[in-house]
Amino acid sequence: MHEWFVINWPFIEWLPPSLVLILGGLLVSFLRGVVQKLMLLAAPTLALVAVLGSAPGAYASFEFLNMQMTLGRVDPLSLVFAHVFAIMALVGAIYALHVRDTIQHVAALIYAGSAMGVVFAGDLVTLYVFWELMMLSSVWLIWRNRRAASLAAGFRYLLVHAVSGVLLLAGIVIYYTQTGSLSFDAIETGSPAFWLILLGFMINAAVPPLHAWLTDAYPEATVTGAVFLCAFTTKTAVYTLIRGFPEAEVLVWLGTLMTLWGVTYAVLANNIRRLLAYHIVSQVGFMVAGIGLGTAMALNGSAAHAFTHILYKALLFMSAGAIIQMTGRAKLTELGGLYRHMPLTFVFYMIAAFSISALPLTSGFVSKTMILEAYADHQAAFVWLVLSLASAGTFLSVGLKLPWFVFMGRDSGLRPREAPANMLVAMGIVAFFCIFIGVYPQWLYQMLPHQPVGYNAYTLAHVFWDLQLLSFVGLVFFVLLKFMAPKDKITLDTDWFYRVAAPHAVGLIHRHGTSAWRNLLAAMRWPLGRIFAQALRYHGPKGILARTSPTGSMVLWVAVLLTATLLLYYI
Amino acid sequence: MGLVQLHLPAFQVILPMLAAPLVMLMARSPRAAWATATLVSWLSLAISLMLLVRVQAEGVVTYHMGGWLPPVGIEYRVDSVNILVLLVISFISAVVMPFARQSVASEVREDKHGYFYAAFLLANCGLLGIAITGDAFNIFVFFEIAALASYSLIATGRERQAVMASYQYLMMGTIGTTFLLIGIGFLYIMTGTLNLMDLAARLPEVNDTRTVRAALAFIVVGISLKLALFPLHLWLPNAYAYAPSMVTVFLSATATKVAIYVLMRFIFGVFGHELSFNELEMNLLLMPLAMLGILIPSIVAIFHTNIKRMFAYSSVAQVGYIILGISFASTLGLMASVLHLFNHAITKAALFMALGCIAYRLGGVSLIHMTGAGQRMPWTMTAFVIAGLSLIGVPLTAGFVTKWHLILAALDGGLWPIAVFLLGTSVLALLYVWRVVEVAFFRPPLRRIKVREAPLSLLLPTWFLTLACLYFGIETSLPVGLAERAAEALMGGYP
Repeated sequence: MHEWFVINWPFIEWLPPSLVLILGGLLVSFLRGVVQKLMLLAAPTLALVAVLGSAPGAYASFEFLNMQMTLGRVDPLSLVFAHVFAIMALVGAIYALHVRDTIQHVAALIYAGSAMGVVFAGDLVTLYVFWELMMLSSVWLIWRNRRAASLAAGFRYLLVHAVSGVLLLAGIVIYYTQTGSLSFDAIETGSPAFWLILLGFMINAAVPPLHAWLTDAYPEATVTGAVFLCAFTTKTAVYTLIRGFPEAEVLVWLGTLMTLWGVTYAVLANNIRRLLAYHIVSQVGFMVAGIGLGTAMALNGSAAHAFTHILYKALLFMSAGAIIQMTGRAKLTELGGLYRHMPLTFVFYMIAAFSISALPLTSGFVSKTMILEAYADHQAAFVWLVLSLASAGTFLSVGLKLPWFVFMGRDSGLRPREAPANMLVAMGIVAFFCIFIGVYPQWLYQMLPHQPVGYNAYTLAHVFWDLQLLSFVGLVFFVLLKFMAPKDKITLDTDWFYRVAAPHAVGLIHRHGTSAWRNLLAAMRWPLGRIFAQALRYHGPKGILARTSPTGSMVLWVAVLLTATLLLYYI
Repeated sequence: MGLVQLHLPAFQVILPMLAAPLVMLMARSPRAAWATATLVSWLSLAISLMLLVRVQAEGVVTYHMGGWLPPVGIEYRVDSVNILVLLVISFISAVVMPFARQSVASEVREDKHGYFYAAFLLANCGLLGIAITGDAFNIFVFFEIAALASYSLIATGRERQAVMASYQYLMMGTIGTTFLLIGIGFLYIMTGTLNLMDLAARLPEVNDTRTVRAALAFIVVGISLKLALFPLHLWLPNAYAYAPSMVTVFLSATATKVAIYVLMRFIFGVFGHELSFNELEMNLLLMPLAMLGILIPSIVAIFHTNIKRMFAYSSVAQVGYIILGISFASTLGLMASVLHLFNHAITKAALFMALGCIAYRLGGVSLIHMTGAGQRMPWTMTAFVIAGLSLIGVPLTAGFVTKWHLILAALDGGLWPIAVFLLGTSVLALLYVWRVVEVAFFRPPLRRIKVREAPLSLLLPTWFLTLACLYFGIETSLPVGLAERAAEALMGGYP
């Protein structure tokens, strides 16, 4: 972007883009009506301007308790994420413009701001603060859906992320005591701090088996909230992984597992947003695998894929949200034949679906093939094969199955109107970016952290291989169409542990524990009462330790202490 | 350098001293007495700030009284340690004077106002003198000036017990300063000098004598009495509880702090931490007393219903924290202590000011008086809660900064049980602050009393200090920087 126009964000020393969004969010809470809507657009626009005007460097540093805090560490890596976050905050705000719910707007802006805060954090403490703020603000986007299921899902979401926060904090404390430094850079392998911080990041990145919060919570979020959710949490985790754990071998295998895991469970999903949420797991798997490999091209690929993924996944969630908003239904089994009534939504959805399937001329193609190419260069045939397989699976369910059962297929009898204008505008902007990046990948490549990017997506081999794969998958889909029909069931993933097993265990402990606890309390009453009575007797207002003593006894104490001191010094 | 600049250290002490008789002469007009005292306290603050600038530029500012050269003449010496104490004293008195006008008017008989402000200025002069002087005997003299003035200040309290409390304080204070004098006398016998720097230079030769050790014992016990180290704190709760609000604010923030400064000066500066801690193992004495002093008064405070008395006990506990930091005998521990000296001064002053507002409107500071005060006096009680949080040591308040450094110092010395102990005792502070919050905010106010918010002249200083609690909890560079340099200077003996 820099070559077209150059601006400098004048307040960078004290007002980094993250704070622009957060302060904007706080301001929104005081405003109502049209002014609120204007503010809702102004804050992300200003943040975008601020990001565009941030030159590399370290800004907004201050000292707190002898620790150097940096709110604005700007370098190519943080800028890639900041750009796409700023774009998403703006698009998400446009998409949510019609919503009349101040809490959601405030939460969304603070959430976007804290995600950007994580990206710009120069030290681990700042990172941790924004990390927690992200959790606390985002959960409102789930709760404000105002259904019992959302409330419960929100609490589970909070629970898992609180664990992630605790692990991260423990890791940071250990890291600080070991190295004496708080700056956030690549973390040395092997120490307990390494594993704790990695675990904290991995929970947010939704790495199986720690991913179930995502597929559990996102389908329950509000229509507009889900757009924000799918963009920020996992991708800040991807950013922190790129920054802190490049070349961590374990990530290769976890990433590979993620890609397959997400695709497999997506096949079983019936709720359209749950299906899409599983594909977040799968797509983030590509990025995690890229980070694990850790070569310049793989890291570039991960960053690029995060960039494009945020856009097309947001577009997918936006069109799915539009469908839910207009029809009131979210299950594949209840939808069908909508393309006539919501043609624009259909077109936008397909652009995003082709992007995620990495069709040439769409954004997914120019980023995903980069990771695959990195593995091919590295001669890691197995990983390469699994990733390709996952690619095929993605196209199968997002590119073919979902549109077939939602937009084509059997007419469900629904006659919804087209989505509201602000939603369409938001979708249109993102759809433009999906195509634009696909056609003109240099725009994205020149932002990537490791320059120069010596990669060309549009070689004959790439395009042919990709088209072959996709057309074969298409063939399979239509041949096996009758086996593809969705079933109205809830599939439990690893969230079984806390949705089924844990309540049972808690119930069991509760039943047996209650009586035991009562007995314990009864047994404790006497000693506790005694302790309190004794404390009152000696420490209470009339107790010996609180009484006004006669001067003589005070002097006695002086004598005692003097004797003790003299004894101590003389012996 | 101008004449004023040159004589700054002298002005610091002389100004309140000369103003005191002037104020006394204005006994007929309380307004004029108050205005003069206020002006003087603000000038004092200005002088302290100018001294701070000079100390930061020059390192150490020395001044020879009457032009007599040090070992013989009296030397005033401002370095990075006592500039902080000077700042605390003059800052608190500058903030407390605007508060005093209405508070004192309601709590002290009008014909005594002239004497009251004169005594206040003398106390101020005494405390500043203790902090600024570099001469051991001078310390004793100023101690007596400050103490005598405070006795009379306390005795002006409304209740009859005030006189008794003041009398007990007089007895104990006199014993304390006498012990100090005995100690200084021993030192003079052994070295023939009274100048602190000179003492520090000559003491190593006679370290092994019993006289020097007895001197240290007398000095430590004498000052411990003045700073209310457990179990020598018995005079303090009554003195604070029955004194007029303004006096409590001033004394709680400054008097014990100055005594702590003198203790630090003697055991680190004059005797040196080598002798005090490595040879004589003073930490064996200070650490258990400090810990008992944190624990027992905190528990006592929980049970008290007179809130002023409750916070007096809490002050004893807070002194315990400072002494604990000293007993670590490390730069970090000392730094935490110096920092707490500052942070506790503003926190406790803010709390006692809020109590002064309550006493002004409600006529008393028992828990019963404060029932439902949160609805009637929201601003006062909010300030009270914020300052209370700082006392507990909640993040983003000044109290947290010191707790943090104290825990760091404990961990640095490998004393992790003490770090756990510190965290545990914060809960006790939470308990006694919470009792007030519960009564004030969660009980309906007593119907029969019509109460309004405290007047602005009380509220503004209270909030000024409350905001200072928050400010120094977030922007820590000024106190932390000063404390760091002070601790380094002290650990290095006498520079």
